[in-house]
Amino acid sequence: MARAVTFNRKTGNTILAWSIGLLIFFPILWTILTSFKTEGQAIADPPLFLMFDWTLENYAIVQERSDYLRFLTNSIIIAGGSTLLGIVVAVPAAWSMAFVPSKRTKDILLWMLSTKMLPAVGVLYPIYLIFIELGLLDTKIGLVVVLMLINLPIIVWMLYTYFREIPSEILEAARMDGASLRSEILYVLTPMAIPGIASTILLNFILAWNEAFWTLNLTAAKAAPLTAFIASYSSPEGLFYAKLSAASTMAIAPILILGWFSQKQLVRGLTFGAVK
Amino acid sequence: MGRIVLDKVTKKFGHVEVIQPLDLTIEEGEFVVFVGPSGCGKSTLLRLIAGLEDVTSGEIYIDESKATELPPAQRKLAMVFQSYALYPHMSVRKNIAFPLKMAKMSQVEIDRRVNAAADVLSLTDYLDRRPAQLSGGQRQRVAIGRAIVREPSAFLFDEPLSNLDAALRVGMRLEISELHARLKTTMIYVTHDQVEAMTMADKIVVLQGGVIEQVGSPLELYRNPCNRFVAGFIGSPKMNFIEGDEAANYGAHTIGIRPEHIVVSESNGDWTGVISVSEHLGSDTFFHVHGTGLAETITVRADGEVAFKHGDTIHLSPRVEMIHKFDAKGLRV
Amino acid sequence: MMAPAVMLLLGWMLVPLIMTLYFSFKKYLPLRGGDLGWVGFDNYVRFVSSSSFWPSVSTTLIIVGGVLAITLILGTLLALLLDQPMWGQGMVRILVIAPFFVMPTVSALVWKNMFMDANYGLLSYLWEFFGAEPVQWMSQASLISIITIVSWQWLPFATLILLTAIQSLDHEQLEASEMDGATTLKRFWYIILPHLSRAITVVLLIQTIFLLSIFAEIFVTTAGAFGSKTLTYLIFQRVLESQNVGLGSAGGVYAIILANIVAIFLMRIVGQNLDK
Ligand SMILES: Nc1ncnc2c1ncn2[C@@H]1O[C@H](COP(=O)(O)OP(=O)(O)OP(=O)(O)O)[C@@H](O)[C@H]1O
Ligand SMILES: [Mg+2]
Repeated sequence: MARAVTFNRKTGNTILAWSIGLLIFFPILWTILTSFKTEGQAIADPPLFLMFDWTLENYAIVQERSDYLRFLTNSIIIAGGSTLLGIVVAVPAAWSMAFVPSKRTKDILLWMLSTKMLPAVGVLYPIYLIFIELGLLDTKIGLVVVLMLINLPIIVWMLYTYFREIPSEILEAARMDGASLRSEILYVLTPMAIPGIASTILLNFILAWNEAFWTLNLTAAKAAPLTAFIASYSSPEGLFYAKLSAASTMAIAPILILGWFSQKQLVRGLTFGAVK
Repeated sequence: MGRIVLDKVTKKFGHVEVIQPLDLTIEEGEFVVFVGPSGCGKSTLLRLIAGLEDVTSGEIYIDESKATELPPAQRKLAMVFQSYALYPHMSVRKNIAFPLKMAKMSQVEIDRRVNAAADVLSLTDYLDRRPAQLSGGQRQRVAIGRAIVREPSAFLFDEPLSNLDAALRVGMRLEISELHARLKTTMIYVTHDQVEAMTMADKIVVLQGGVIEQVGSPLELYRNPCNRFVAGFIGSPKMNFIEGDEAANYGAHTIGIRPEHIVVSESNGDWTGVISVSEHLGSDTFFHVHGTGLAETITVRADGEVAFKHGDTIHLSPRVEMIHKFDAKGLRV
Repeated sequence: MMAPAVMLLLGWMLVPLIMTLYFSFKKYLPLRGGDLGWVGFDNYVRFVSSSSFWPSVSTTLIIVGGVLAITLILGTLLALLLDQPMWGQGMVRILVIAPFFVMPTVSALVWKNMFMDANYGLLSYLWEFFGAEPVQWMSQASLISIITIVSWQWLPFATLILLTAIQSLDHEQLEASEMDGATTLKRFWYIILPHLSRAITVVLLIQTIFLLSIFAEIFVTTAGAFGSKTLTYLIFQRVLESQNVGLGSAGGVYAIILANIVAIFLMRIVGQNLDK
């Protein structure tokens, strides 16, 4: 039994933790608040915290100027497509690594992870050429494939660690009970692995959503996702903090909302399945 | 139904021959127990029969037809695992029904069988719980339930009771014996608890290092162990082994005498020693005797009322007709 | 069933790698004559002897090392704090994780403009409020700025992994050591820290993978100016800005070698930890 914690100590912890938590969250909060200000209020001295004239005009301007919805759609298609494709390729690989391991399994897994370390910029030009050759430049399908490939090692790794938690005796029991490989995967493995698969999907969706090297370098206009949308605000033009904030809020809101609703899986996924 | 024959079966993991060429016949309705020290290949042998591992060579026949190549599902065997291997995401009812569902049985028939099994195993009140909400003994019963609904031609158990506490183990042991008495289905049971082996088995198979040392009924093994290993393995506490001159007196390289076949006396006997530890169990007392000059320690069993204690000198006399003689290779002579 | 995943990654690794090697031995200027023939090790020599090479290596190491140190130290302290009893723990945890969901382009832009701008940035107000001279963050303290931004993004990850690991510590162990008379500091040093070693390895590995290739944070803040040019960024400039593919490819090969040295070193540790 844990000892009763003194009220004072708990209060102290709470105050300290909340202060730090709010400090860390502050840049996001500030961005969201600024997005509702006018440009003049956004740079007021002293800074305005809540007492300003709330307005939605920045959102309207941003949508009109840069067609937010098109970028949003691209982001969803690219992040979602690459994640799902990655899962389809990774599930069988992770399944066989976890349940039919050989002496090489560990080496293959480490090798896969090590491909993540290949510096993207080192191979940027060849990929660029290949993309031109195949007509993939500035296409969603091209980015889906590339992001799938760069996240594949992490997907395999995460699924592997989740699958490995499933005792192989249970799968053997299913085999003894007369389940075919298909029923085994469908009725026993998948239901048991669903929380893990969900975490993997969520985390990789976020990683793909936020990926900003390939998405910036392999797109121009048609297929550009939100990372490119926001990068277009990097050169200042007069007063633009409120519009920048509105654009930023629009770029991160889907992920923040997604994160809010799926906290449990996300927290699990964020540890990449590596720590229990 | 339920006759299983192994013909020169071997199993290698890499270059290690875990099961050496092995012949064994398990008769219909028999309760057969595999015993042996840890790592001797009991589980492997069971898994070969189940089809969860492929044999390296040799043949397996189930009910007179060749089953060597059959996948586990088609062998009509049911297995109860040490860790129970229940499906955590399914209720007890669904767990028990799973093999029937896999066999595409009608829902009416499934319900009938599940309810009957739950009744037999006193699980009726728990049918809608998840495995995580059950005690160890209840989980064990669900695992057994999942096995019996299929009406298999044989049951395979791999150390099913080793995760239970001592009291429950005795209870479950009786339940499994009763189940066997009622179903009269062949059962193969792996354990390294020799009390389980002695009390439950019709036939015990003693394994060591992937080799069958001896097959026989519990009493046969107890009375006539064919070698030193079996003699030492069967019986608790272990048989005492004495070598040297004393053994030579009996015309053997080694003699063995069980603790319960030595008579204890305060005043006279063949051997003399000092009690180092005395264990009073109530019904029996075990003395560990040092300084006999025959072996490091001689263990003897005496009546529960005998009142020797640590440091006392006592005299021991083996019952000559109960002495087992072994040659230099450990074989019975 | 590993085959698809392995083949894909193998192709993804080998094809561009071989092309990069090929280009690195050529004088290749796509906009100024294209393929101008073989030049042996010329590009390799020129890349290293360029005055930007060694500074870029040290910049890379300073950024990666700085971020790792900050996130590990603050992450451990924060994790210890969050493990304490308090009110609203789940809420604080969400606040702390939030920066991880923000895409790098957004966080770089927001920090650069709304916090670190010398005229209108919030930090400037803060400095002025305390009577100090505002800092020209991006030009005078570019590395510190970038390290701050990147640390803010990665602190959530380190904290979360370490927190998960701390929570899995067997509390009887701590109680036993308390009975043995260990002080709080000793308990941290001899019990908690060794227990965290696996989690720390995971943080090191995963963060290093991502940090070695940070790009967007530099792209939208300093664009490589003011001594903030990492190896990644230098190569990017050679290939895309000066359109010298041969030279950039040689740089890419160096980056790949550097990454592999780090990879071998890290994979050792991870391989050992994987068995536990
Ligand atoms: N999949 C495997 N690969 C390699 N060796 C194995 C494998 N499974 C078992 N072995 C080896 O085969 C031998 C027999 O193992 P087995 O599990 O059958 O022993 P056991 O008699 O059941 O032991 P225990 O009483 O400890 O359960 C052991 O030496 C074990 O190390
Ligand atoms: Mg075993």
